[in-house]
Amino acid sequence: MTVTIYSLAAIALFVLGLYGLWWQPHLLRKLVSLNIASAGAFLLMVALAYRGGDPDPVPHALVLTGIVISVSATAFAVVLAARRYRETGSVELDEPEARS
Amino acid sequence: MNGWALGPETGLVGFPAVGAVVLAIAAARGRRLVVGLTVAATLTAFVLTLARVLSIGAYEQDIGGWGAPLGIGWRIDGFAVLMLGLSVVVGAVVSIYSLAYFGEDPGDRRRALFFWPLWLFLWSALHGLFLSRDLFNWYVTLELSGLAAVALIALSGRADALTGSLRYLLLALAASLLYLLGVVVLYSATGTLDLAQVASRMTPGPVALAAVLLITTGLVVKAALFPAHFWLPSAHASAPSPVSAVLSALVVKGGFYILARTMTGLWPAASADGVLLVLGWLGGAAVLWGSLLAIRQQRLKLVIAYSTVAQLGYLFIAFPFWMDGVGEQAASRAWAGAAYQAVSHGLAKAALFLAAGVLIHARGRDDLDALRGLGAHLPVTATAMALAGISLMGIPPGAGFLPKWMLMTAALQEGRIIPIMVLMAGGLLAVGYLFRIFRRLLVADDVALDHAPPRTMEIAALVLGILSVIAGLSSLPILSLLSIGAPEGMNAYLEGVP
Repeated sequence: MTVTIYSLAAIALFVLGLYGLWWQPHLLRKLVSLNIASAGAFLLMVALAYRGGDPDPVPHALVLTGIVISVSATAFAVVLAARRYRETGSVELDEPEARS
Repeated sequence: MNGWALGPETGLVGFPAVGAVVLAIAAARGRRLVVGLTVAATLTAFVLTLARVLSIGAYEQDIGGWGAPLGIGWRIDGFAVLMLGLSVVVGAVVSIYSLAYFGEDPGDRRRALFFWPLWLFLWSALHGLFLSRDLFNWYVTLELSGLAAVALIALSGRADALTGSLRYLLLALAASLLYLLGVVVLYSATGTLDLAQVASRMTPGPVALAAVLLITTGLVVKAALFPAHFWLPSAHASAPSPVSAVLSALVVKGGFYILARTMTGLWPAASADGVLLVLGWLGGAAVLWGSLLAIRQQRLKLVIAYSTVAQLGYLFIAFPFWMDGVGEQAASRAWAGAAYQAVSHGLAKAALFLAAGVLIHARGRDDLDALRGLGAHLPVTATAMALAGISLMGIPPGAGFLPKWMLMTAALQEGRIIPIMVLMAGGLLAVGYLFRIFRRLLVADDVALDHAPPRTMEIAALVLGILSVIAGLSSLPILSLLSIGAPEGMNAYLEGVP
C-alpha cells in the first residue's frame, strides 16, 4: 500500500516536471521543472526498492549516482543560461538573440 | 585469478580520461606531446582489443573482478569493436585536425584550453558506452557524453551556440530521465540491470511494454530520429567544426547503438513489434524530410547537419525487419546493413564537417555562396568532400553503397516496396543537396582566399574521405568482424561471408 502511494506520487511529480519543462518559457523555470521530474524518477526508484523485508540496496546506490549527475547538470545549465542572458539579454529559448 | 582483471579494452576508456585530466592542468606548451601520446595509446589499446576479439571471439570483462549484478560488466563482440574502431579512427583524426584548428590568437587559446579536456572526456565516455552491456551504465555514459557534448557546442560563446547548446541540454536531460524511468521499471520487474539477465527474466505484458516505450522514447531523442531531430541542426551547425564532426559521426550513434542492442536483446522478450514498425516509419520520414530541408539551407554547416538527420533515418529503416515473422535472412541483412551504415555515415560525415571547417577558415563565413571558386585553391579539401559525397550518395565504391544495398535486398526478400522507394529517393535527394555544395566549389570564379588554411586540416579531412571509400572496398573484413558474437538470429546472412 505504502509503495503504491509513493509510486503514484513519484509518477505525478515526473509528469508535472515534464509538463513544466515543455510549457514554461523562462529558462530557470524549465530547470526547476527538470529537477522536479528527476525527483519523481528518484522517488520511484526508492519506492520500488521496498518489496517486503529488507529494502534492495541497488536502487539506492543508483539514486545516489543519479543525484550527483542531476546536481552537476543543473549547475552547468544555470551557468549556460546566465552566460546566454549576458550575451543576448533573453531568458527564454524561443526569442533567441534578442539583442545580438 | 587476476584480481585487477584489466584487459586491453580498459585502455580505450582509461587513456583518453587520463589525457583529459593531464590537459586540464598542464601548460599549453606540452599539449602536442600529451595529445600525441593519448592518441597513440588509445590506438594501441584498440588494436590489442581487436586482436583479442579476432583470436578468442566475443568475450566478457568484469571490471576489477566484480561481475553483474554488483559490478560493471563489459561485453566485447564484433559490433562493439566495429563502433569502437569508428570512434577511435575518427577521434584520432579529429584530434590531429584540432591541434591545427585552434590557432594562436587569444580567443582560440582560451577555447583550446577547454576543448581538449572536454573532447577527451567525451571520447572516453563514448568508449564506455560501446563497451557496456548494462542498462544503468548506459544511463551514466549517456549523461557523461551528453554533458561533454553540450559544453563543446557552447565553446564559441556566441549567442547561437549558447541557444543551441541549451536546447540540446534540456532535451538530452529530459530524454535521459525517460530512459532512466524505463530502466527503473525493468529493474523492479526483473531485479537486474544486465542486458542478458533482463532479457531472460522479462515476461511480455503491460509493464514490459511501458518500459520499452519509455526507453525507446528517451533514446530516439538522443539519436535525433525524426520528429525528435529538431535540436540537432542548430546544435551541430553552431559548434566548432571538429566538434560538429564528432557530434554527427559519433555522439548521435550512441543512442542508436543502445537502441540496436536493446532491440535485438530485449524487445523480442517484450514482444513489442509495433514499436519496431513505428521506428521504421520514422526512419523513412527522416530520410525524406531531412534531405528536403538540407536542400533548402543557405549555410554550409546547416546543409551537412540536415544531411545527418536524413542519414540517421537509414539506421532505423532496419528496425521493422526484426519483428516476429520476418525471415532470418532479411533480419540479419538489415542488422548488418544498419551497423555498416553507422560506420560509413560516421566516416563520411566527419570528413565533410572537417572539410567544411577548412572552407570556413579560408573565407571567414559559412554561407553557401562563399564557397564559389574555392575548389581551385583547395583541391585537397574539395577531393575530401567529393569522396565523402560519393559515400553519402550511396554510389559504389563509397562505403554508403553497401548498407543501402543490404537494406534494399532485405526489403526485396520480404516483398516490401516502401523501404525500397525511400532508399532510392534518399540517394537521389542526397545528390540534390550535395551538388549544391560541389557546384559552387567547382565554378571557375577567380576569388582570393582570406586566410590560407593549415595543411594539417586539409590532410585530416582527406584521410577520412579516403577511409570512407576504403570502408566500402573492405566489406569482407567488416562483415566477418560483425559476425563475431552477433545477436541470436542475426547471423544467417553473415555466415555466408567467407
